[in-house]
Amino acid sequence: MDWFYAKGILILSGINLMAVLGLSLLTGFTGLFSFGHAGFMAIGAYAAAFIGVNLGLPLIVSLLAGGLVAGIVSLFIGRFTLKLKGDYFCIATLGFGEAIRLVLDNVQVFGGARGWPGIPIRIDLWNVVLINLAGIVFMISLVNSRHGRNMIAIREEELAAKTIGIDTFRYKMISLFTSAVYAGIAGGLVGYYTGFLQPKMFGMTKSTELTIIVIFGGIGSVSGSVLGALLLTALPELLRAFALWRLVAYGVAVIFIMISRPEGLMGGKEITFRGILRAVGFGHKHSKAREV
Amino acid sequence: MLKVEDLHVYYGGIHALKGVNIAVDKGEIVTIIGANGAGKSTLLNAISGVVRSREGQIIFKDNPLPPLPHTIVREGICQVPEGRMVFANLTVKDNLVLGAYLRKDTGGIERDLENVYRLFPRLKEREKQMAGTLSGGEQQMLAIGRGLMSDPELMLLDEPSLGLAPILVETIYEVIEGIKSTGKTLLLVEQNAYKALSTADRAYVLEQGRIVKSGRARELLEDPTIQESYLGVRK
Repeated sequence: MDWFYAKGILILSGINLMAVLGLSLLTGFTGLFSFGHAGFMAIGAYAAAFIGVNLGLPLIVSLLAGGLVAGIVSLFIGRFTLKLKGDYFCIATLGFGEAIRLVLDNVQVFGGARGWPGIPIRIDLWNVVLINLAGIVFMISLVNSRHGRNMIAIREEELAAKTIGIDTFRYKMISLFTSAVYAGIAGGLVGYYTGFLQPKMFGMTKSTELTIIVIFGGIGSVSGSVLGALLLTALPELLRAFALWRLVAYGVAVIFIMISRPEGLMGGKEITFRGILRAVGFGHKHSKAREV
Repeated sequence: MLKVEDLHVYYGGIHALKGVNIAVDKGEIVTIIGANGAGKSTLLNAISGVVRSREGQIIFKDNPLPPLPHTIVREGICQVPEGRMVFANLTVKDNLVLGAYLRKDTGGIERDLENVYRLFPRLKEREKQMAGTLSGGEQQMLAIGRGLMSDPELMLLDEPSLGLAPILVETIYEVIEGIKSTGKTLLLVEQNAYKALSTADRAYVLEQGRIVKSGRARELLEDPTIQESYLGVRK
């Protein structure tokens, strides 16, 4: 396998990872399922490309701006849909995602369904890795903060969270906003990596793929999402030998893993630095002392 | 301290509370008894803001209550919801700390945590365990402890004896009396009418969304119609 090909897969994994991290906060830690996150990616992608190409701003600024635009849109959406319960919210996000795609298909400013070619390619492996590291660090600190704990409380028992004084609507809003910003940045990365944007790239298949990765990695685990994104993005490539049948093989693999590990790869647990040390044999004394 | 005036609650077309009036004074335990579907939980949920009332008002310490649950908790009212509803995948301690979510006084939170552990030594033993792994009785203790952590003036308890072994019901009711002795006010909803009436100071009887009887709990315990309908005494 030549390096250019491997690098491409890694970059695509990184892009998916960024979107999955955000969705992991919403689905894994707040308990809200979304089937429209590709819509936020699309908004971020077009906004970031527009800002970068027309205003000539540096990459990181246009990516953040793309994320911010997606975040602002999510505030409008959330205002109307976050009062809905479980499945109804899920359906509303599905409608939203499809609506965004159809609008971009039919509005000619960004090229409509033909797509938008000629976006300068500015993404390389190193900056994807840096952006993802920043994303992971921020997400871990958010999840472990008191805000993260409030979101988990909402996931566990929304009514009880209300009765102890958590403003559940506000925290769902924060969660949706943060996840939309991540999705928006991921969308921006798509545009600057492929140099071409088309609404078709952000359809329901993309949204579903993101949700599958979150569940596959394990609800409520950041490291699970990271593993899931890397594995499931690379998997279809590894299955190229199956040619026409590779997506079938992909589906079978996912089903197999979900049957054998329904809680997902990590099942709510995290890979920690101390855990790694223990696994390779250091820090044994530590764990024994604790058992006693 | 708490006054509910002419409260009407609807679930769609169903008229669940039809003009309920109750009053709770500082430092007492008031209980609401009634059959399934009488509207007991609805009344508590309306006070805590979890369901909206269509008519009537709720006055707490001479002011109308704000409309949303989290703003009501800030006023000093805390509900321990029916069916415990602990945060199953958080530790016992995290559950308790979350109860103090709106408070900023770290010293006071520490002190109340110690108080809860004194009240329920079992919770101290299981501090680091996930709440979902506790037994039903322990989860009820945790739910009450979590409610206490917000340092409420008025506590709303919804069916604290639900699904508990008789000996645990005793423990829970001892704790309820213990909470009263610290100067807190309690509004208690129960199906276990005997237990509730023997613990409370005053009681209301709710039937099909209306208060049909009220008075001192001791007297209601002696009341023949109450004995027949709620205490299972045959004549």
